[in-house]
Amino acid sequence: MANISEPLSPAFIGAAAVRGDLLVRIRRSAEYVAIPVFALVVSSVLFSVFLLALGKSPVEFFELVHRGGFGTAFSIQNTLQRSAPLILTALAVAVPARIGLIMIGGEGALVLGGFAAAVVAIPLVRGHVPPPVTLIVMVAMGTLAGALWVGLAGYLRHARGVNETISSLLLTYIGIAIMNFFVEGPLRDLTNPNKPSTMPIGDAYMVGKLPGTDVHWGFAAGIVLAIVLYVLLSRTTFGFAVRISGGNPRAALAQGLPVGKLIVLSCLLAGACAGLAGFFEVAAIQGRANASLVAGYGFTGILVAFLARHNPLAIIPVAILFGGIVASGGLVQRRMDLPDATVLVLQGLTFVVLLVSETLYGRFKIFQVSGTADRT
Amino acid sequence: MALFKISRREFLEGTAAGLVATGAGGHAALAADITLGIVYVGPRDDFGWNQAHAIAVKALKSLPGIKAVEEENVPETDGCAKSMESMVNLDGANIILGTSFGYFDPFMVDLAKKYAKVEFRHAAPLWSEAKHPKNLGSYFGYLNQAHYIDGVAAGLSTRSNKLGFVAAKPIASVLSNINSFMLGARKTNPNAVVQVIFTGDWSLPVREAEAVNALVDAGVDVITCHVDGPKVVVETAEKRGAKVCGHNSSQAPLAPKGFITGAEYKWETIYKGYARDLAAGKKLPNMVAGGYEADMVQNSPFGAGASEQARKAATAAIADLRAKKPIYVGPLKDNKTGKVVIDKSYDNLDPFLDQMNYLLEGVIGSIT
Repeated sequence: MANISEPLSPAFIGAAAVRGDLLVRIRRSAEYVAIPVFALVVSSVLFSVFLLALGKSPVEFFELVHRGGFGTAFSIQNTLQRSAPLILTALAVAVPARIGLIMIGGEGALVLGGFAAAVVAIPLVRGHVPPPVTLIVMVAMGTLAGALWVGLAGYLRHARGVNETISSLLLTYIGIAIMNFFVEGPLRDLTNPNKPSTMPIGDAYMVGKLPGTDVHWGFAAGIVLAIVLYVLLSRTTFGFAVRISGGNPRAALAQGLPVGKLIVLSCLLAGACAGLAGFFEVAAIQGRANASLVAGYGFTGILVAFLARHNPLAIIPVAILFGGIVASGGLVQRRMDLPDATVLVLQGLTFVVLLVSETLYGRFKIFQVSGTADRT
Repeated sequence: MALFKISRREFLEGTAAGLVATGAGGHAALAADITLGIVYVGPRDDFGWNQAHAIAVKALKSLPGIKAVEEENVPETDGCAKSMESMVNLDGANIILGTSFGYFDPFMVDLAKKYAKVEFRHAAPLWSEAKHPKNLGSYFGYLNQAHYIDGVAAGLSTRSNKLGFVAAKPIASVLSNINSFMLGARKTNPNAVVQVIFTGDWSLPVREAEAVNALVDAGVDVITCHVDGPKVVVETAEKRGAKVCGHNSSQAPLAPKGFITGAEYKWETIYKGYARDLAAGKKLPNMVAGGYEADMVQNSPFGAGASEQARKAATAAIADLRAKKPIYVGPLKDNKTGKVVIDKSYDNLDPFLDQMNYLLEGVIGSIT
């Protein structure tokens, strides 16, 4: 050990700084894994207490969650399939969150995206336009409709100062009403007297499954988009500008950043993600637009995005975890004779504990190197 | 990779379906010979459509050799297919019942193709021999017959001669219930009119309560409905002092003062039939549908709102339906143009009536 009275050589200081920097980064990253995991453990313990109070076995419950969600090849596919729309709808929340907006209108954008995709397909299918062309047009229309819907809430925020949380939520109900209006009226398939729907697009025009699995292409699209958006938000000047504007809009304005444009752009991107989820619901699953599009994916996506701390990459594992919980929820109901709401209790507990755990960041020495504590 | 213990039945069915089943061993063998899986779109205790099915499943569970697995709140997306598949793969279900309209196409159609040894049955008349697999089928109850009985009793229970109907969407099965209710009421009370309000969707509790209030404010004194969960309609009507007829399952406990009777499905008849056929190794029928004549619908026990006279008339009308006496006896006109839409007398199960897209004269309201 060097004598403290002796001045350190500049080379030594440089090496220590590099080492320290790396250490800080590893420790800091570890914090973002350890705290959510800790929160999951705590919520599992709390949920176990809840189960014990009902006279049910927590061990059996978690065994069933594992078995139904992750334990067999079938279960894993079940989980991935259910997580596919959640990745996209969570991205629709996470992107505006980076610019400081709590945008919860993903459901409406999903419904309108799916509806627009189904509608634009009708004349193309009738005209026997080749499926690849039709699908491209459907994707374009679906993402455009979703983008405009959430973009509208973003524009209202920017131009009129309308609270985006409220407006996007209310726009969701308007979006669903618009879909219902057309599906039950002008665009209704009259051969289907008991379930108002648009004309079916037909098997030839459906998006298939990922090769060798039961999981549709929406899952792959979600993963790719999550990675692209992660890079966009954390590795580009656009992403940097978005984060600055989210952190302090006034400072961003003072720096000459086009905050309004960035807000609207983020919202357009977000809506496009949800609209794409709607496209896959139509083109990979339902084959037509109808009230079945309103399945709550947009709302579950809010939960997923918050749990992932609005990090597009973290959304992937969180969505899969959620997919697994939902996938195993059925098995839990059937085997333990518990109501469906049981799984919602677990989700709710997890959400609350994770939110509370936000206050833990920066409080554990183990994640920090002395002198770098960041208690913001 | 023996991660989990799986019963031989599950293992065999899993591999037969071309799936990679992991492990094998001695998971608690299923005591029952027949496992029935049923999927509901809403909660099992909704005082409505889902509860009617759940009651029948409960009755089925009491039979020896039958195991039933249930899943509630399953939306009409690919999640429902996975729930059903999970019942086949993990619970070894031999028969799957889907009880929500949107489960059928494409989900149950695809599953029936994938699992050829499992029987799939769906609660709406959608199966067609030409288009669909043989291990798939439909079952349905003609609930409009029980609504007709409601009408017969309601006609004798009203003072204002104004009856109210809170309806979800103007689709064929709903219109048939409204028209049948009106015809029942007119049978015992030629001056009765039925005022209908469409809420626009299957479950809109606030809109349903508003509709009941609007009807009562307009002088209606007997109310019935066709929505997924009639709880709000029945409770609001009771609170406003109106009499009420139920829908789907019994809401009698919700309206101790005003409950007359209600239109109920009797899925038990159909489900027990399936179980019997499966146990006997017989081929299940692809299409099962009927009303009173086949014991597939029923009316809730009369409540305090039903007068002696109403009870008698309703009981007599039930006997008529069991004897297949027709409800729709033409000529009957629609309420919009006055055109004759039902020209002659139609059998209660006539497919012509399944295509109903009009409200009859005697109903106030519009489907557009």
